[in-house]
Amino acid sequence: MAVYAFWILATIVVLSAVMVIAARNPVHSVLFLILAFFTSAGLLVLIGAEFLAMLLVVVYVGAVAVLFLFVVMMLDVDFVELKQGFLSYLPFGLLVGAVFLAEIVMASFAGLENHVGNFDASPGAETNAEAIGQVMYTQYMLLFQLAGIVLLVAMIGAIVLTLRHRPGVKRQSIAHQTSRRRSDAFELKDPSSGQGI
Amino acid sequence: MDLGLSHFLAVSAALFTIGVVGIFVNRKNIIVILMAIELILLSVNINMIAFSVFNGDITGQIFAMLVLTVAAAEAAVGLAILVVYFRNRGDIAVENVDLMKG
Repeated sequence: MAVYAFWILATIVVLSAVMVIAARNPVHSVLFLILAFFTSAGLLVLIGAEFLAMLLVVVYVGAVAVLFLFVVMMLDVDFVELKQGFLSYLPFGLLVGAVFLAEIVMASFAGLENHVGNFDASPGAETNAEAIGQVMYTQYMLLFQLAGIVLLVAMIGAIVLTLRHRPGVKRQSIAHQTSRRRSDAFELKDPSSGQGI
Repeated sequence: MDLGLSHFLAVSAALFTIGVVGIFVNRKNIIVILMAIELILLSVNINMIAFSVFNGDITGQIFAMLVLTVAAAEAAVGLAILVVYFRNRGDIAVENVDLMKG
């Protein structure tokens, strides 16, 4: 039963991945990318890696794909022109792909004893998330915090890159406001009566 | 026939190859190149999770999470660079990126 589900999901993953690189409209590419992520999350559920499957949906679909969608829709680009040269690059690309595929297949199926049927996604624990948490917060604590630093640096980098101060835009400066003294703000005049200032 | 490790390795190899071909055939469209890189990272993740599950060793799933983190960071910074480049030049043609080359 699981094998049939696997073949259906695997077919959808591969076909949608092909559509990601072949679609004319990049918005369609992003949507097929989302489909590929969703179905590969399904593939992971099949072998019991539920936590990673959920993480794939949350991070890839919820963050990365939506980011792509924003950028694709925000940039006003002539995508038909960008698609030029697709066919002229295709033979070379297919050649490189065939070489890659042959190498991967030879490397991964040479001398591999096939583990069929007996798999355990959560060794030594009740659930998958529990198994990951037991190792992640003890043995791999440093890597976990380094991952946080990577995310922080990426966030700051993205903000610094895209932030721009346009002249002529009025914005509130709280430091400027609170450092104002009474003498900067107004001055007292004492006009004599009957005359203006 | 039950599910085996080679099933997942096959899917992963196919995804990796599609990603590499995608980088080659979409030479001008950097958005699709970034998406092809995401496909490659996804295939790496599937590979590591499959090995982890079929060998009963949880470490592979931890590393898949780290790859996921790096992929998210890479997408954010890459798209930010793309937005800045578009703002400066008005298009995203990759051939002109080496304009400042000395």
